[in-house]
Amino acid sequence: MEEAISPECDGDTIIRFRGVTKIYPLPGGDVVALDRVSLDIGKGEFIAIMGPSGSGKSTLLNLMGCLDTPTAGILCIKGRNIRGMSDEDLTILRRDYLGFIFQQFNLLPLLTALENVQYPLILKTGSRECLERCRGVLMAMDLGETLYSHKPSELSGGQQQRVAIARALVNDPEILLADEPTGNLDSKTGAAIMGLLDDLNRNRGKTIIMVTHDPAIAEYAHRVIRIVDGKIL
Amino acid sequence: MFFELARRNVRLHWLRSLLAILGIIIGVVTIVSMGILGNSLVLAISDSLSSVGDSIIVTPHVGGMGFGGGQSSNLLSDRDVEQIRRAAAPHVTIPVYSGSSRMTIGSEDTVGTVYGLKPDDVPVLLEIEEGSFLRGSSGAMVGATFAEENDIKVGSRINLGERGSLRVVGILKERGMGFDINPDFGIVVEDQWFRQAFDQEEYNQVIVKVKDLNEIEEVKDSIDRTMNRKETVVDVIDTRAILETILTTFGQISTFTTVIGGISLIVAGVSILNIMLMSVTERIKEIGVIRSIGTQRKEVRRMFLYEALILGLIGSSIGGALSIIGGYAVSMVMLQTTEYLFVPSSLVYIVYGVGFGLGTSLVSGFYPAWKASNLNPIEALRHE
Repeated sequence: MEEAISPECDGDTIIRFRGVTKIYPLPGGDVVALDRVSLDIGKGEFIAIMGPSGSGKSTLLNLMGCLDTPTAGILCIKGRNIRGMSDEDLTILRRDYLGFIFQQFNLLPLLTALENVQYPLILKTGSRECLERCRGVLMAMDLGETLYSHKPSELSGGQQQRVAIARALVNDPEILLADEPTGNLDSKTGAAIMGLLDDLNRNRGKTIIMVTHDPAIAEYAHRVIRIVDGKIL
Repeated sequence: MFFELARRNVRLHWLRSLLAILGIIIGVVTIVSMGILGNSLVLAISDSLSSVGDSIIVTPHVGGMGFGGGQSSNLLSDRDVEQIRRAAAPHVTIPVYSGSSRMTIGSEDTVGTVYGLKPDDVPVLLEIEEGSFLRGSSGAMVGATFAEENDIKVGSRINLGERGSLRVVGILKERGMGFDINPDFGIVVEDQWFRQAFDQEEYNQVIVKVKDLNEIEEVKDSIDRTMNRKETVVDVIDTRAILETILTTFGQISTFTTVIGGISLIVAGVSILNIMLMSVTERIKEIGVIRSIGTQRKEVRRMFLYEALILGLIGSSIGGALSIIGGYAVSMVMLQTTEYLFVPSSLVYIVYGVGFGLGTSLVSGFYPAWKASNLNPIEALRHE
């Protein structure tokens, strides 16, 4: 999906917010989740987003992940303004350029570790002949081959998160979006996972945007974005 | 991958999948069994009536005369018969006398129908089971049911009181229901004997046997044109048309029974709908995950439709196979025969049943699949 860069998205940034507002219309009245947010994220940055509950962190991450579109403003991902894009195009953007890492791992319970990693690659290529690549990614996550045939319920939290990171990486996305990636892990396993993300950023040039409550985890990032009441401080 | 996910989900929830499959099996077996029963019924009726499907029956016109008007006798004269013969040529024309009479057989009194036919015409209309066709003027042939009920054998005597006495020369083969004559419940005598015994010169009806069924309409029109030129003198009935009406009626009964069977399939469809909706509700978070990592809406739809298809395919295949047993059972119970089970027009109901089973499953899967594909990925991801 290499398409022409939108004029408003021109520049070196991989993600650009310009006056982005997100309003959720609710029966009790509209809720302004993001209020005229402007932000630039360059290629290869490691960003931590921090803020209290309900401040708009998740909304910011959902918009960056093309799971939602702004009510107003310009949001550019990979040089394309996603406002007004069709659901099909947003899905392709997610599949090809974005990798998601969730707090609760969110592996597909019916699939084995290897099949979970295969899944996005099959979505992209339509072929199941990708075992070598999937094994390679899993191996890079320090997961032994004996675990590949295990279902998520048979893996520890740390192992599940490694499989989830492998799944996020298998399509070689430029941007990794992590929502509290260590939130469900003990500190030792959490530190190991953060080591992996740090390595992906330093050595493979992945742009990482991570939502976290934990200042110790935020220290891995090059830049911390603080958000309160839908506004970036 | 989507088929694999659907297959694994069906296996994971094997009990509820099994119940849905059972519903489809019952639905398919019912619809096919009812279809086979209805078709067998039509075929059985068709077989029992087809021997009389090649006749045109000409009877004196009975309608529209009012009291005291028109023909008083309601019979056909020799001249009428001759005119019909000419109009129907070269097909065989058989004039028939008929009446009823009290009869004494041994010491038993009974009442029966008496048909008077020319001896040469008898083999054209009737088949003999035992004994011989009419020879002398005082012989009689007895219908199969009448002979059985009254214990009549070849050589028995039947006394018709003042009309005279007859010796049984032959027992007729059972003919089944006819639109022309029903000799199963009566006797057949020589026409000359009938004239004298019943003091009747004119005929009650004329039967025209048409050799080629394609000509039946033409012959019918020819008789009608000849006889009813100025006024309606005779009624001309085509037995094939009556047969078709009867078969159409039984065909409608067959359709009705199949529809009844179809209701059970709809119930099975509702059960699949229910199960699929349950599956969507249980997997909301999973749907959120697969959508967020790049699964298109149409792919989510496909995954759920595969699930419905798997249930439908298994249920319909087993149902199709079992419906042969079902068809056998209902045919044996209702018709006491299975000779119409393995004919193409019955077996095609298995194809229909399996098709309807699959169709119902897919239709039932559409709404849950649509619902799943339209879930908001953010809300789905938040779902616990």
